[in-house]
Amino acid sequence: MKDIGLVTDLYRSELSRFERQVAGTTPAWMQQLRQAAGARFADLGFPTTHHEEWTHTDVTSIVEIPFTPAGRRPDIAKAELESVVSWVGPVHQLTFVNGHFSSSLSSLKLLPHGVIAESLADSCTIVPNLLEPHLGRYAQHKDHAFVALNTAFLKDGAFIYLPPKMVVEEPILVMFVSCPNGKATISHPRVLIVAGPSSRAAVLESYVGLKDDLYFTNAVTELVLGEEAELDHHLLQQESQAAYHIATLAVHQGRRSRFTSHSLAIGSALDRSEVRALLADEGITCTLRGVYAATGRQHVDIHTRIEHAKPRCMSQQLYKGILSGHASGVFNGRILVRQDAHKTDARQTNNNLLLSEHAAIHTTPQLEIFADDVKCTHGATVGQLDRDVLFYLRSRGIDLENARRLMTHVFGGELIRLITHEMIRNRFTELLSQWTSHTYSESLTA
Amino acid sequence: MPDPILEIRDLHAATAGKEILRGLNLTVRAGEVQAIMGPNASGKSTLAYVLAGREGYEVTAGTVRYEGKDLLIMPPEERAREGLFLAFQYPIEIPGMTTLHFLKAALNTIRKHRGLEELDAIDFLALVKERAHLLDVDADFLNRPVNAGFSGGEKKRNEILQMAFLDPKLAILDETDSGLDIDALKIVARGVNVMRSQDRAMLLITHYQRLLNFVVPDYVHVLLNGRIVKSGGKELALTVEERGYGWLEEPHARISEEKTAP
Repeated sequence: MKDIGLVTDLYRSELSRFERQVAGTTPAWMQQLRQAAGARFADLGFPTTHHEEWTHTDVTSIVEIPFTPAGRRPDIAKAELESVVSWVGPVHQLTFVNGHFSSSLSSLKLLPHGVIAESLADSCTIVPNLLEPHLGRYAQHKDHAFVALNTAFLKDGAFIYLPPKMVVEEPILVMFVSCPNGKATISHPRVLIVAGPSSRAAVLESYVGLKDDLYFTNAVTELVLGEEAELDHHLLQQESQAAYHIATLAVHQGRRSRFTSHSLAIGSALDRSEVRALLADEGITCTLRGVYAATGRQHVDIHTRIEHAKPRCMSQQLYKGILSGHASGVFNGRILVRQDAHKTDARQTNNNLLLSEHAAIHTTPQLEIFADDVKCTHGATVGQLDRDVLFYLRSRGIDLENARRLMTHVFGGELIRLITHEMIRNRFTELLSQWTSHTYSESLTA
Repeated sequence: MPDPILEIRDLHAATAGKEILRGLNLTVRAGEVQAIMGPNASGKSTLAYVLAGREGYEVTAGTVRYEGKDLLIMPPEERAREGLFLAFQYPIEIPGMTTLHFLKAALNTIRKHRGLEELDAIDFLALVKERAHLLDVDADFLNRPVNAGFSGGEKKRNEILQMAFLDPKLAILDETDSGLDIDALKIVARGVNVMRSQDRAMLLITHYQRLLNFVVPDYVHVLLNGRIVKSGGKELALTVEERGYGWLEEPHARISEEKTAP
């Protein structure tokens, strides 16, 4: 393995080149934020498996591959790109190619007056006062090298702002497409969503790659919900099979706000996705539901951390994993209940389906409770397809292979069914169904 | 006389290393409804599972021919496609899969096997509703996950609906009448009577004769210790109801740990 220090130096020289490029184009506070994060990254360096949060996820490959910043213009036919980004039809959509905003692939005509959904770089010039109080405040770069690295390269991304009481019925899409053009590239997608008091909206954040391209997506999303705001967040990780995907979703919830997250992760060679939610006031509801499916030699790692800081909040986590081939998975769910947070109701469930004897999952709940009078439950299961159910299906004429495929789909589909937005639900269902069909046809030919 | 649909000869079968069926003989022809009665542990469910091809049931001797073909070499799905249907004693719950999705997958597989076109969503729904109406079953559970959270009666009704829907040549009902209240029992009986036809054979496996108050079988057999010990007409069911199974026991053949019905 290369000397981590040297690699960090490489990133530092990229960073100083980047700083020279953007000098003077962003506000002073953003520059300070970048510099602080850059310095922090230099101190932290990349995590190794000796780091307790990274025991089961080895990022050596990310360190060893010389990723270079992704160019603005991909060498790819527009039609091909459109086929990837335009499955949803006419909706509010922000599209980024290799981390750069693409206005030609975006469409935002239908948004109600007062709602902002645009390139973060644009907002920075037009409404810096809406960004400054939030950007970099929730996703902490102090203890997280990848967040620090993302923040150090912060310039563009997606910014969504919902004024108080604003309701947007149609989901807003934020899509990050990577097409690295033959070189191993890195991009640092950044999203900030500010939901004003009593606003309501749905967002789909999607990461998609083409073919077997090699690249590294290092994403950070920050979400802040004002009092009684309601946000349905959806996350789709469909990176190329060779890609690396590291992402942190940081959520800050205000009084009586309701946050729901649905995620589906099927792509990338290595996926480390973290969700950190701070339930900062009373009467909050936070629901996280996720399906992760991996096959071949894919590795998927879900880390959640829900912090109950105040009384009478409710959090629910339900994650389901499907692992086939030689795939490995990690689920680490942490619930932190602070001393003041009495009447907390926190639940966590992680169910895993292993389709092959070579697939593996490490599942760990971590409960840290400092308050009395709380209700915290957690449960994890690891299992195979139910033989009785398989027989029942076969006794109705469905062959064993199809019965397995159906049951696998159903296992994950149970969570996807709970998505209320039809267009997103159908898309997730379709992708999971394709994944299961593909996985079974692969295992047949293997 | 029509050709037999099912011919069982000297069938011996074991589960968990224990012999349950010990030389069972039975012939069922198209158009017939036959009832097999027997106390707990007489081998009723083992017979049903062996015929449907469940894992864990080992045939140690004997033959089973289905429409002249060797049934025992066929995997369960092939038996179903060839027209054998088992209504489960304990229908399986499939949380996450709607009954509609389940029925559609099953029906289209079977139709394909029979050289028929797969039904599209609209024709399929029309067929489900027609069958549900025929059996007087409420179609509202179609959008609920298969059997999940269903009452015992609802599960059994779902089995009958599946039977009506898949149009089998041989339907085996494994204690479909057990644990049902009188209304649910009538629905099951109605299903059997509606489905009774010259082209179809039905095998009713039951512990009690009360289903036979509503369905009149052509033959009644008593299964005891893995063997059919008595066969007769519908009046045999009434005799069993009156006298129990004790009088049919062969004292030398009785296995001490087996329980007999009161």
